[in-house]
Amino acid sequence: MTERINGSSNKRNMVLSFIALAALLVLVYVLDIVIKPTSSWNNLMTCLEKGTIYALVAVSMNLLNGFTGLFSLGQAGFMLIGAYAYAVFAIAPEDRTTVYQYYEGGGLIHFSLPHMLQDMMGGADAFGGAIGYYLGIILLMIFAGLLTAGIAFLIGIPVLRLKSDYLAIATLGFAEIIRSFFQWEGLGPVTNGSNVLRKFASYDSSIFPVLVAGVCIAFIVMLINSSYGRAFKSIRDDEIAAEAMGVNLFKHKELSFVISSFFAGVGGALLAMFQNNINASPFTSNMTYEILLIVVIGGIGSVTGSIIGSYLFIACSEWWLRGLDKGEFLGIEADFMTPGFRKVVFAVVIMGIVLFYSRGIMGTKEFSWDGLFNFFRTLPARIAGIPGKIKAKFSAKKHKKNTKKVKEAQ
Amino acid sequence: MKKKVALLLALVMIFSVFAAGCGDSSEEGGDYAGTVKIGVFEPASGDNGAGGKQETLGIQYANSVTPEVEIGGELYKVELEIVDNESDNAKGVTAASNLISSGVSVVLGSYGSAVSIAAGEVFKEAGVPAIGVTCTNPQVTAGNDVYFRICFLDPFQGTVLANYAWENGATKAYCLSKLGDDYSVGLVNYFVQAFKALGGEVVEEQFPNQNADFTSYVANAKAKGCDVFFAPVSTEAAALIIDQAAAQNLGMPMLAGDTWDSNVITGAAQGKDVEVVVTTFYQEGGNPEFDNGIKAWMEADSKMLENNGGNTDLAAVTAMGYDAYYVALEAIKAAGSTDVADVLAVLPDVTYEGVCGQVVFGENGDAVRDTAYVKKCNTETGAWEFVAAQSIK
Amino acid sequence: MELVVKWLPYILAGISVGGQFALIAIGYTMVYGILRLINFAHGDMFMIAGLIMVYMATALPLWMSVILVLIITVVLGCTIERVAYRPLRQAPRMSIMISAIGVSYFLQNMALYVTGGLTRTYPTIEWLQKNITIMGASTKMVTLITPVLTIVLVIALVLLIKRTKIGMAMRAVSRDFETSALMGIDINKVITVTFIIGSFLAAVGSILYFSNYTGIMPTSGSMPGLKAFVAAVFGGIGSIPGAVVGAFVIGICENIIKGLGLTTFSDAFTFVLLIVILMVKPTGLFGEKNIDKV
Repeated sequence: MTERINGSSNKRNMVLSFIALAALLVLVYVLDIVIKPTSSWNNLMTCLEKGTIYALVAVSMNLLNGFTGLFSLGQAGFMLIGAYAYAVFAIAPEDRTTVYQYYEGGGLIHFSLPHMLQDMMGGADAFGGAIGYYLGIILLMIFAGLLTAGIAFLIGIPVLRLKSDYLAIATLGFAEIIRSFFQWEGLGPVTNGSNVLRKFASYDSSIFPVLVAGVCIAFIVMLINSSYGRAFKSIRDDEIAAEAMGVNLFKHKELSFVISSFFAGVGGALLAMFQNNINASPFTSNMTYEILLIVVIGGIGSVTGSIIGSYLFIACSEWWLRGLDKGEFLGIEADFMTPGFRKVVFAVVIMGIVLFYSRGIMGTKEFSWDGLFNFFRTLPARIAGIPGKIKAKFSAKKHKKNTKKVKEAQ
Repeated sequence: MKKKVALLLALVMIFSVFAAGCGDSSEEGGDYAGTVKIGVFEPASGDNGAGGKQETLGIQYANSVTPEVEIGGELYKVELEIVDNESDNAKGVTAASNLISSGVSVVLGSYGSAVSIAAGEVFKEAGVPAIGVTCTNPQVTAGNDVYFRICFLDPFQGTVLANYAWENGATKAYCLSKLGDDYSVGLVNYFVQAFKALGGEVVEEQFPNQNADFTSYVANAKAKGCDVFFAPVSTEAAALIIDQAAAQNLGMPMLAGDTWDSNVITGAAQGKDVEVVVTTFYQEGGNPEFDNGIKAWMEADSKMLENNGGNTDLAAVTAMGYDAYYVALEAIKAAGSTDVADVLAVLPDVTYEGVCGQVVFGENGDAVRDTAYVKKCNTETGAWEFVAAQSIK
Repeated sequence: MELVVKWLPYILAGISVGGQFALIAIGYTMVYGILRLINFAHGDMFMIAGLIMVYMATALPLWMSVILVLIITVVLGCTIERVAYRPLRQAPRMSIMISAIGVSYFLQNMALYVTGGLTRTYPTIEWLQKNITIMGASTKMVTLITPVLTIVLVIALVLLIKRTKIGMAMRAVSRDFETSALMGIDINKVITVTFIIGSFLAAVGSILYFSNYTGIMPTSGSMPGLKAFVAAVFGGIGSIPGAVVGAFVIGICENIIKGLGLTTFSDAFTFVLLIVILMVKPTGLFGEKNIDKV
């Protein structure tokens, strides 16, 4: 225990984390260049990008559900706001008439922040132009986050006074209201009504979502480890005790809700860029449920868990299990593997995790270098110990059975 | 925790092993010099599942008739790579990139314009040519150099429908579309433009996703004194609308576009007091050889028959899918290679005489089409009856 | 009179749909009253009941399939409780709710696989789908049957709860879980009975609902499910008459809103109603006040 607090070990961990992150970014950069869209490994890039975006959203949901104990089901609604806030202001003026095809003059808004900054800083071909373009994207993403956070702030005022399941159903309701609001024809000149928004500025390299999500998640981790984070956890563990200890319940709940929504909004903007198009209809409660299941798979109350859960979930649903739909999986061919079978298998696995493994992959634990080293150091010993363990378990079961028998006999 | 990490690592390893294994399973068959893959980007589930399956049927039938193509003097086997885009804009994008990464030379689809518009950017980025089979919204091909299309467009279809309604004495039209569905919103939009230009009046309404209760919409149409009910929505919603219109005694003809040309509609309308009129690409009987061939093929395979909705009534989208497959083959032949860039380069000049008429690509990569068939449902027999072939003057 | 003629179709549709929501809402409200669980899978149970009917009717005569649908749905409801909720009885409330969401996800995906993603058409029950005319408004017979049947079933249910021993046990358990266990009430039995009643009513509701709206998709259950839950909250969760009143209010209002031409917002209205009631009177119309104990 003392070793962990030890300064030198701490320093080593920092250096290790730094090296690992740098290596990861370089890896993503290289993969992005090497893998062509037509290569069979492109699935890896799709999953990497989508998984990263979902990781951010899942972590933001975990901040609320896992760390503050607020069971909110409004995530899809907040992502929707973020996605629209980003997309509406990032469509180049010359494309607006085609995108807003049913509205006169190409809608109400006639500028695009990334394109505008690109022109101001030297045009499309100059290096400065590229910087301006990305600066515009980042500014817009911050705007998307802020707008989402602002709306969440307003929603939070009434909603956060509600208790657990009432809160869940109220946030779910708000997400549905947000969705129909964005589909409303009256807002059409801005949101394009129920039609797809597309042709907006987007990133070129997979490294961008990884970087953005990384920075956001780092911020959330820092928040969780701060005094605010401790207050959040105290609310989760016991509201009344927390209040008695002087934690302002409403203020902290609202803070957690707003920050979570901010990152959900940023995640929504990233999702819009990843898909290159956005419309309101897929942002249903089912999307929230999927994110919730990611959080559960990873472990409620573990940031590392949410990240791992997200990559696993996306890779399974978008890549590894696709063979189940096509009738060929792991070399097995079967007639019952028709479209939809993938999802059944997936749902069964998820139910298994929920029922028998409810702590998820990580429980409430986080990744740490010490844990990793410890894991490898003790690995041989533990592998050697497995037969003994199984034996012990077996005999314990037997014992249980025997006692049961004895009881019945009595 | 360590146990869990170990488990996780093991899982990841297992999965990656067979994921890699799945990658290179394309063995070269007997006498062929190689395989060429044609991607089929169609919905098999969701709102447009029924239509997507029927369109895929046409492609599959064509593939069973002509499973090979000659490229540069050598015979290649044609393999279909089918993905389900779930009629969902978000899921469609990843399905499309999945398709691209499986190494297809050209993509066919999708039924339902919204998914095509959404996935268009993916195809464009990867430079993979795509041929829209029955996606009629202009936005599918506009500003997208890789998307081509063999069917007519909504501005044309909307005008034809408006003319038909006007000529049959309608002056006030009730237009229903689905929120978030580019196809129905677009077609209604063009219909309204044309109908207003003729001097008619319109009432426009939209229904939300997953709506099943259309009684109020039917009541609205009656209350507002409309004399034609225009609802070019997915067949899933259409079946419900027809059923409830009959229950409430709608009393005006129902009009719709190409999606309604399906046995789902005739099934729903059979034995009910409704009048259903659609415009479409193909009239059953237009090419007896094709009709008989595909019917025999469907009857031989119960799975295909089920995909067509349990009977052998032909949908126009099936015929269009059949044509699209041959257009793709022509393009691959002309390109003399399986490379996407070569196929893309020759596609604009490809011409083909199909069962639904001639395909010649014009402006924006859209086929030049000037005829739509108007059909009416015979509610006694549950079959389509030919009314007229309409063009715009 | 003119006003009546104009609005009658909407009100008829509203009453009919309201009655169907009411039958689903009772399942929500009873389960919540006893387990404090929002049974997210209830709406999907309703959809599955519809699908069972579709597949039964292809092979069996109609009356037999109706009976079988009721039985199978009840068995399914109890199985779900046994498998997915009972093991988590001691777990935090959040886990059991997540389990419910998991079940809902599973049922929807299972339905997607079985139906192949296609809409299935509900078998025709001639007597229910017969066209009738009331004061010039043409509609289906089921529109009239639904409210009558709903009210009869609700009265029977209320009698069951007020007059029988098991009903008394249910009331006791919903009042205080632990004390009633101490008093010798078999909690598991009470919960099973609750799920039997809830599933039975959902199956009846599904027959009525899908006779009216004849297409079944894997997602067909989620919207009616959510709306029925809102109805239960509106009426005061745990209260059966409340759920019924709530369901009728939602059904009628929704159709009137559509009649006013605000079709985009007909779904949103339900949720606005939910939030308003949660803000103003979180216990609903007939709900009892809950006091938090430390």
